Amino acid sequence: MKALELVDVRKSFGKSEIIRGANLGIEQGERCAVIGPNGAGKSTLFNLISGRFPLSSGEIRLNGQRISGLKPYQINRLGLSRSFQISNLFVNLSVYENLRCAVLWSLGYKYSFWHRLARLRDAHERAEQVLEEIGLQRQRHVAAGVLTYAEQRALEIGITIAGGADVILLDEPTAGMSRSESDAAVELIRKVTVGKTLVMVEHDMSVVFGLADKIAVLVYGEVIACDTPDRIRGNAAVQAAYLGGHEEAA
Amino acid sequence: MKELRYTPLNLGRWLLWGGYALILLAAPLVFSKGGGLTLLSQMGTVMIFGLSYNMLLGQGGMLSFGHAVYSGLGAFFAIHAMNMAGAGQLPIPTSLIPLVGGVAGLGFGLLFGYVTTRKAGTTFAMITLGLVELVFASSLMFPGFFGGEGGVTTNRVIGGAVLGITYGPQIQVYYLIAFWLFVCTAAVYAYTQTPLGRIINAVRDNPERVEFIGYDTQWVRYLVVILSSFFAGIAGGLSAINFEIVSAENVSAIRSGSILLFTFIGGIGFFFGPLLGAVVGILFSVLLSDYTPAWQLYLGLFFVLLVRYAPGGMGSLIMLLLRAARFGHLGRVGKPLGWVCLAVLPGLFGFVAGVEMLYHLTLEAANGSVKQLFGMAVDTRSALPWTLAGGLLLASIVAWRKAQPVFADAWGASCAEIAVQTRSAR
Repeated sequence: MKALELVDVRKSFGKSEIIRGANLGIEQGERCAVIGPNGAGKSTLFNLISGRFPLSSGEIRLNGQRISGLKPYQINRLGLSRSFQISNLFVNLSVYENLRCAVLWSLGYKYSFWHRLARLRDAHERAEQVLEEIGLQRQRHVAAGVLTYAEQRALEIGITIAGGADVILLDEPTAGMSRSESDAAVELIRKVTVGKTLVMVEHDMSVVFGLADKIAVLVYGEVIACDTPDRIRGNAAVQAAYLGGHEEAA
Repeated sequence: MKELRYTPLNLGRWLLWGGYALILLAAPLVFSKGGGLTLLSQMGTVMIFGLSYNMLLGQGGMLSFGHAVYSGLGAFFAIHAMNMAGAGQLPIPTSLIPLVGGVAGLGFGLLFGYVTTRKAGTTFAMITLGLVELVFASSLMFPGFFGGEGGVTTNRVIGGAVLGITYGPQIQVYYLIAFWLFVCTAAVYAYTQTPLGRIINAVRDNPERVEFIGYDTQWVRYLVVILSSFFAGIAGGLSAINFEIVSAENVSAIRSGSILLFTFIGGIGFFFGPLLGAVVGILFSVLLSDYTPAWQLYLGLFFVLLVRYAPGGMGSLIMLLLRAARFGHLGRVGKPLGWVCLAVLPGLFGFVAGVEMLYHLTLEAANGSVKQLFGMAVDTRSALPWTLAGGLLLASIVAWRKAQPVFADAWGASCAEIAVQTRSAR
């Protein structure tokens, strides 16, 4: 059974079809990078998988269960969590509160107004653990809105993984980072996604080849290839469509 | 290590809540003269209403123009319950009448909240506005329940005295209100420390992301509206006991708007903001309105100034000054601030004099042109008082121009220093 499976997924905005019959299968525990030129529909694909947009046709399955047509929170409860290209945090809440909010549902507290937050040991411990993993212990009381860019990106990943989902979608986690920041981000991603299925959109080829077990190439709304990094490098169609311009850089 | 850190915190909490209880207990002893007790009673009910309102606005980012629907309907149910109790049809003591209001409020929260919370933001605001107009209109369509133009009246003295308490004297009503205020404050505060209370903060900050951490934002908003209407209903029930009359005005958009105004004045970003706002709001709308017909103008101007210069409300002003004090900057900030206040004072007098004379000329010209102003008989048709008022205003503007930059510099320097210190502490 595949962790995530896309079957002939299509999405149109008005008359223009952005995703044109995308097929993709990702095994459990695999790290898959989705690459493709600008406008290929990578972010749209993520929005479809995570339930942000409804599909025009096709089907998406998570661990064999159909998730297309479900609301984002329903998909999240089934074990899929995503991050955003532009940091999407709770800006007035502290770093610690951001993380604690992100773990509450998965620990079963739901909409409770009869538990006292301060007494919830498990939520506290889980939030602390993520805080340590993303290295923001010193900023725990700082409002998320005033963190530096790299810190916000780290918190973005922290919120995404805090709920313990086993399929993680990261949308350009290293975009806009310096070399050293992006190296640190790669280490962070590697660490927090151990044993999980990871799908990420990424432009930085060194990140892609450093992290991914598999690379899916999306061109004009279609997955033209999905294979190991070595084979993708040698794939003529991919080179023609996309990689050519980046060969020297990588 | 942990014990050492947590003990003083708990002590602070006891001091805070103990002090709050003491203030509630002692307030009628201090403000015993004239209408003091009436004022305090009204403040108490409006405080509960404001706390309930801020569960939506400050904590949930839900701008409601129709919160009086819940307090008002709660008040109507409470007053009917009192009349039934008085007629011996319902065995319920006056002390528990607020609970009737609360349950009624909760019921309408269940009903109306489901509709209003389908959408957030502007749509939510517009639907609440429509709802309050709807309920207000139906209050005149069903005179059997709403009492038509005259409203519904009651007598809060039900049955014999229990432990000497009849709720005849105002002081007993005050303490009933104070008791419920304390209970509600504690309950609302406790709610802010629960998973739902925190998630609604997250929904306020970023509803979209909340959907991706497993929460249905619509359901979160709905639950919060239900809880909030319960407390609004309690406030309504208490006002029914306090005034012994409930009319269509209780469910009006005007009532809803004023709680928005008061809560904003107090500061929506702070838990205690609505408490402050209720005090100021009642002082304006009840006390000041006894002295001058221009009170709404003053309230409006005060509101505009606050929104413009201290959008965090009075709560933020207090917290900023406290922060300056904690870093030992009160001396260097306080002195220029004192000068600014001193500079504004004559202008305030001049402005108020001008407004009062204008009101007198337009509204009370039939009673002659002489008006009592600041203890003096002033002829509003002569040039002298106008020149004087104008002069004071002008003097103030000149003084403000001198004092304000000094204060701005001192304040800016203090804030910058505090920012540096807190950052290095990180």
